Amino acid sequence: MRISGDKIAKYVFLAIACSAIASLLLIALFILLEGLPFILRYGPWKFLSTSDWRPHEGAFGIAPMIISSLWITAGAMLIGAPLGVAGAVFLSEFVPKSVMCIIKPTIELLAGIPSVVYGFIGVMVLAPLIRTNLGGPGLSLLAAAVILGIMVLPTIISISVDAIGAVPNAFREGALALGATRWQAVRMVVLKAARSGIIASIILAMGRAVGETMAVIMVAGNTIRTPHSALEPVRTLTANIAIEMSAATGMHRQALFATGVVLFVVIMILNSLAMAAMRRKGGR
Amino acid sequence: MSVCRLTSIAVLLAGMLMYGCGKRAESVTLAGSTAFAPFAEKLGSLYMAQTPGVRVAVQGGGSTVGIQAAQQGTAQIGMADLVKLPPEAEGLTAVVVARDGIAVILNPANPVANLTMDQIRGIFCGTLRNWKEVGGKDGAITLVSREAGSGTRASFEQIVGQVKLSAGALVQDSNGSIRETVASDPLAIGYLSHGLVNAKIKAVTVNDQPCTTEAVMADKYALVRPIYLLTKGSLQGAAQSFVAFILSEKGQAQIRQDGLIPAK
Repeated sequence: MRISGDKIAKYVFLAIACSAIASLLLIALFILLEGLPFILRYGPWKFLSTSDWRPHEGAFGIAPMIISSLWITAGAMLIGAPLGVAGAVFLSEFVPKSVMCIIKPTIELLAGIPSVVYGFIGVMVLAPLIRTNLGGPGLSLLAAAVILGIMVLPTIISISVDAIGAVPNAFREGALALGATRWQAVRMVVLKAARSGIIASIILAMGRAVGETMAVIMVAGNTIRTPHSALEPVRTLTANIAIEMSAATGMHRQALFATGVVLFVVIMILNSLAMAAMRRKGGR
Repeated sequence: MSVCRLTSIAVLLAGMLMYGCGKRAESVTLAGSTAFAPFAEKLGSLYMAQTPGVRVAVQGGGSTVGIQAAQQGTAQIGMADLVKLPPEAEGLTAVVVARDGIAVILNPANPVANLTMDQIRGIFCGTLRNWKEVGGKDGAITLVSREAGSGTRASFEQIVGQVKLSAGALVQDSNGSIRETVASDPLAIGYLSHGLVNAKIKAVTVNDQPCTTEAVMADKYALVRPIYLLTKGSLQGAAQSFVAFILSEKGQAQIRQDGLIPAK
């Protein structure tokens, strides 16, 4: 009786696990089926490398959006990664456990703030600041990068704190016993040992930055043009899909699915990199 | 015992179903233009209040969706706010139920009060890039437009004529965000449905004509688009009487009160 109960539980959980994977596969399959035929018909190179996006005239070039997505992500990492890693080091090495138990959940609360709220703050506070102090229309690559840099902080901090926490105490004690100062021990021993976990946190944050849509639509300005400065408005791959999907038909709709395929591939690459980085840590 | 209870529940359900069938509310479904959807909803609730037994359901989705829905029959009535109906709307019966002015809006801090149609065309094509060139203060113009596929944008570009939107234009995906962007940027110009103009922005006169209901009624203000209700074949039953209600004096008065412009 008990054995059959175990078996039932096993198969139920197996079915639930499979359904999660199946939904991922279905989404991937759906996007590919809708998008790939268009890419092949239009020409993959022409789709990826030309910069004219005029859906009603049959011109579908997404180069400016790919470049913008990459620049915004790079900018967000430039802001988020140093802040996040420094915060993680501070929290796990220089602050008593009791304080960390308060600060870490607070930072993780940041992850719970809806992205539309970040976007709203970006529009109301950050964009006017940029416009009056630096020039340009305010809604810009820079604004999007700053907002995303803040949005990815919880991801970077919580994973990095875990990675640093996983470094055995013997490492620290050994370094200190050899006469290293606390900062030297952190810099030369702890950070080195936790490196792969920290890198994984940054790559996961990149995935989040590439995929973020709502906040970016609100603060990036959505101009379809390859940016020449950080103060210019830009449109990302995600914004392009979200803005135009509701009114798109025919070729236009397929082109948006094809944009989704490109996005999917970019995020898959980032996630595989993160997994590879994590695995190196596990093998250690 | 339990069989008995089940039977009684089944009988009860069947009874309710039959009762429901007999008294089933006739429903009218509308889909399309996001500019007209809120007005249609309001008209719908007014109509439902005076005509018991009819249910009016309104969905948005945009003018493109409105045309599709009417063609495919997913909605009885499609709503579209376009100057010229596209070829996809062929075979549909179109009734103009209201008109909507498109206001060209600036930040209140901008001293420019009037723009000619040629100036508007130049600004949106990107040939006029500085407010100095149209009588304002020195400063680069920030263009704000709607996304490709928006009915407001299609109408605006068709009426102004030969607009190939400058590649540097900001794109916002709703009337509301256009308004916010122009309200916060002293050098911005945008356009939106005239019912949505408020104190945070100002509408310029176009060719010296203000964007008011009176000027539109007198055919003086140029940037006006019709709002169509599209149906496949001839209308019947509740859908027909709902359209008649919108076109009636009461319906048109409501449209005017809510900030749209009556059909005639």
